[in-house]
Amino acid sequence: MSDVIQAEGLVKRFGETTALAGVDLSVRNGTVLGLLGPNGAGKTTIVRILATLLQPDSGRATIGGYDIMTQAHQVRQLIGLTGQFASVDENLTGLENLVFVGRLLGMPKADAKARARELLGSFKLDDAGERAAKTYSGGMRRRLDLAASLVGRPRLLYLDEPTTGLDPRARMEAWELIRGMVSGGMTVLLTTQYLDEADALADDIVVIDHGRVIAMGTPDELKAKTAAQTLAVRPVDPVHVPTVVAALSELARVEPEVDGQLVSAPVADPGVLPLLYQRLAQDGIEVTELGLRSASLNEVFLSLTGQPIEEESDDDRQ
Amino acid sequence: MTTVNEVRPRVGPWEGLQQTLTIAWRTLVQIRHNPFELGDFSFQPIMFVLLFTYVFGGAIEGSTSGYLRFALPGIIVMNMIFVTMYVGMGLNTDLTKGVFDRLRSLPIARWAPLAGRIAADLLKQAWSIALLLGVGYLLGFRLGTGIVGLAVATVLILFFALAFSWISVLVGVTARDPEKVQILGYTALFPITFVSNVFVRTDTMPGWLQAVVKANPVSQLSDAVRGLLIGGPVAQPALYSILWAIGIMAVFAPLSLYRLKKRV
Repeated sequence: MSDVIQAEGLVKRFGETTALAGVDLSVRNGTVLGLLGPNGAGKTTIVRILATLLQPDSGRATIGGYDIMTQAHQVRQLIGLTGQFASVDENLTGLENLVFVGRLLGMPKADAKARARELLGSFKLDDAGERAAKTYSGGMRRRLDLAASLVGRPRLLYLDEPTTGLDPRARMEAWELIRGMVSGGMTVLLTTQYLDEADALADDIVVIDHGRVIAMGTPDELKAKTAAQTLAVRPVDPVHVPTVVAALSELARVEPEVDGQLVSAPVADPGVLPLLYQRLAQDGIEVTELGLRSASLNEVFLSLTGQPIEEESDDDRQ
Repeated sequence: MTTVNEVRPRVGPWEGLQQTLTIAWRTLVQIRHNPFELGDFSFQPIMFVLLFTYVFGGAIEGSTSGYLRFALPGIIVMNMIFVTMYVGMGLNTDLTKGVFDRLRSLPIARWAPLAGRIAADLLKQAWSIALLLGVGYLLGFRLGTGIVGLAVATVLILFFALAFSWISVLVGVTARDPEKVQILGYTALFPITFVSNVFVRTDTMPGWLQAVVKANPVSQLSDAVRGLLIGGPVAQPALYSILWAIGIMAVFAPLSLYRLKKRV
């Protein structure tokens, strides 16, 4: 079986609200699937169902061929869970937390300790191993969470918003760790609110909104579909604006927008940037600004749904 | 041990027991990192013993030594009731911090997380009983019965603690955060423990209150423990205590499990 996760028609209601309105998913062995969507889209509900923490109202799913409802115990032996909701014990030290999980998984004491030390080492927590987890920084906490979910060497790892709330440096470190695990052959289901994170880490992306899948594909397919990047150029001299417009419209194959001296166009292929640079250099056009900007999740949503992301707080703004 | 284990269909009862002990171990290790908790169930009861014996004892019973004899068994019972609150607080912390979900995502027995909490609580209870008896001994309290009476009293208190823990579990599962568990717990526990015969003999109270105090399971259990430690009637209060314990468990255990299932 090449699909580690197969889910069909997952539906979950909480009282009046429909959290999931029929979600299909499949994740290929050894790949990273990015579940992308705004807060409240249903990402966490999907992870909770696939981690056997929550039962769907209808639909079915298998993990490694085991049914999440009838063979939950088998499923739990294959998965590791890290997220907003699956956490470590703040009152224990890093080492104790990892030994605790190892012992629960049936490891003898010496093995559990050895595994804990090994993980602390690979997550750069050696020095903090004897300190209570409540003294850790945000980035260290996430690393310990991640280490705790890897004690049993799971085949499939769920990462629920692994970098939300982290500073940019800790975020980059988390990305490196995740890349390292994937190159080791692990299958990962990642949820995120950030397009760049899904882009950087995922082989395939599923975009979720209001409990439904609204788009899926590789990052490139998705970006092509949604023109996920914007190329912006600002020539020094206003007389060059028409030349820049002509060059950009030829390369991007769309009519650029002009805002004063700023010329911008959505592009699917980042390779347009060096081409445009060459063209401008040949024509001797100097620019004060030239750059490729990733579309925000909001812009992707706009192009997928024709509507901006609805945040709960937007309701009061009317 | 680095090989991938084969996937197994279920947890054996022996493994479940080991997992329960591991979770109990973790609860006890927490005390090492949070010594205030140790103070709560060690110094607080000692303070109660000293306060009531030396400040109120003479006035209530005529002599401090006579009062210690009367009050110590009841204080042990009262302390047991308060210590059960740790089950609910710990459970609530696990639920709000996400530790409970991590445990549920592991291939362990479904009953192990709760059983581990309760097992750790029983150890804390045993420690408290030993501590109070030790302090009592230093102050002049002597067993009027014997080792069998002491053993039966301990088992009876632990059995009642096991039952009463389910009330704590319900509060822990229902309350939104650990502070609320504490507030709810103390608000409920103060009247239950003080409107009893723990500190003062029932026949000194007004008639209507006597009825309440006599019906209170804390009074029944205190009487039974008094009988078992210093001598006196045991059978009837012990029987009532056991019936109360069974009743509490029959109501609160299913209710707690139902609420827990709803919450997670």
